[in-house]
Amino acid sequence: MPARFPRTLSLLRRPSPLPGFGLSLGFTVAYLSAIVLIPLAAILLRGLKGGWAGFTHAIGTPRVLAACQITVESALLAALLSAIFGFLVAWVLARYRFPGRSIVDALIDLPFALPTAVAGISLTTLYTESGWVGRFLEPHGIHIAFTRWGIVLAMSFVGSPFVVRTVQPVLEDLDRSMEEAASSLGASSWQIFARVLLPVCLPALVTGTALAFARAAGEYGSVIFIAGNMPMKTEIAALLIVTKLEEYDYTGAAAIAVAMLVLSLTIMLALNVLQSRIQRREGKRG
Amino acid sequence: MTRQTPSERLARATLIVLACLLTGLFLILPLVTVFAQAFAQGWKLYLAAIHSPDVLSALKLTLVVAAVAVPLNVVFGIAASWAITRFDFHGKQLLVTLIDIPLAVSPVVAGLMYVEVFGLHGWLGPWLDAHNFHIIFAVPGIVLATVFVTFPFVARELIPFMQAQGSDEEEAAVVLGANPFSVFWRVTLPNIKWALLYGAILAASRSIGEFGAVSVLSGHIRGRTTTLPLEVEMAYNEYNFTAAFAAASLLTLAAILTLTVKKILESTSGIHAHAEREKDAA
Repeated sequence: MPARFPRTLSLLRRPSPLPGFGLSLGFTVAYLSAIVLIPLAAILLRGLKGGWAGFTHAIGTPRVLAACQITVESALLAALLSAIFGFLVAWVLARYRFPGRSIVDALIDLPFALPTAVAGISLTTLYTESGWVGRFLEPHGIHIAFTRWGIVLAMSFVGSPFVVRTVQPVLEDLDRSMEEAASSLGASSWQIFARVLLPVCLPALVTGTALAFARAAGEYGSVIFIAGNMPMKTEIAALLIVTKLEEYDYTGAAAIAVAMLVLSLTIMLALNVLQSRIQRREGKRG
Repeated sequence: MTRQTPSERLARATLIVLACLLTGLFLILPLVTVFAQAFAQGWKLYLAAIHSPDVLSALKLTLVVAAVAVPLNVVFGIAASWAITRFDFHGKQLLVTLIDIPLAVSPVVAGLMYVEVFGLHGWLGPWLDAHNFHIIFAVPGIVLATVFVTFPFVARELIPFMQAQGSDEEEAAVVLGANPFSVFWRVTLPNIKWALLYGAILAASRSIGEFGAVSVLSGHIRGRTTTLPLEVEMAYNEYNFTAAFAAASLLTLAAILTLTVKKILESTSGIHAHAEREKDAA
């Protein structure tokens, strides 16, 4: 047995024979502070420098309010579309074996791997008047590129893998005997879906959709090309931050950033609570 | 397998076709568009665009930034997962939550954070400027932005993986008299190497492709602070579509390579399947 325990013993709940607690935790906390916590504090302090009145003044201009509204509405719609697409694909991947399945499975992660700027210019090219998809939609009066639908499309693109990747493992682990029992008791396919499958998948579906929403609300690269970026109409909050920064309006930029941070950190915290509730419930059941 | 009724078979076929169609429209078409546009003016112009000094210098900077950012986050990922999975300490849950913050922050906000710290109006800006050291609108800022956006990638792969493995082997090595260095080098590292590689690949992929955070901090100086994704934007905004999509095609190839290597790692070493199951079971 080693004679010396780490100096930071007081932090430890249980002594351990393993070395490196002080070093690894010390480095982790220092690095986390330097890269994440101190810069985060800097922007919060700047955004709230003028107090509550200063913050609401910076946020309360019509252009900022419009950008925030457009961002949140588009992200909500995009998250909903991601949820529908994501659940369908997760279901098909988890339940069915078909030729090309592994290709579809690998492609789902494409929006994670494809740089957002590339997705942005590619989607824009596809959905403008002369694009492969746009040329079929434009004659019917459906305009995607340079409208709010373009924003929703780009946001759905980046958000969709979150839903697939959170729902798919739950569907794969699902005990089929419940469905078989429901079926033998005379439940219809729809009843099995709504009463047996959906309740089990709901926490994962909510988590995936919330992650997709958070990503969509903060998205920049893939949106700015297709959005058209008209103030009050198709200008998103992230772009307005960049615009304010270019105009040297640091306080205005920081105020929008603080609003976005509050939104995304709240979602993250809520998901953490949801996750620990599920774990506790499963712990009790097990 | 239970026998399927005709209506079940129809539902199954419909869902599969629908999922494939949507995947094709939504995911494959943008991929094909990149190459179609890159080659729209022919091979020669494509090759000329790739060989232009702007694209080459952007490619070089992109690789340099990834080569700095990824190892930093690998070291952090190992340290964090060692502390979190091998010891039980106060505030552990908080630490795990804090590590995930960069995933929730918009890239643009991330860039702005560093402007607030290192910019001329920021905390350290005036001091840095007096010492003629530039972070904002220079390469160090781009590296910082990239480190931030890829911050949790390695740690998030390693933590569930090392949690699942437990510390028995390492404790045995310590009891048998191995020094800390050989415990890590001979026991821990061989066990975690695939998960580590997996996390590093995700981090590298994101490093190469990061746009928003880098865009805020770069200053867009051609030949000096332009990464490949920024070059895509600048060429596109100049209506030089061949150059934009040529640069984009390089990034798309990197993305396809990432997905392929990821898939191979998942199927040969089974790491992610394992980690996923552990995450659900935890």
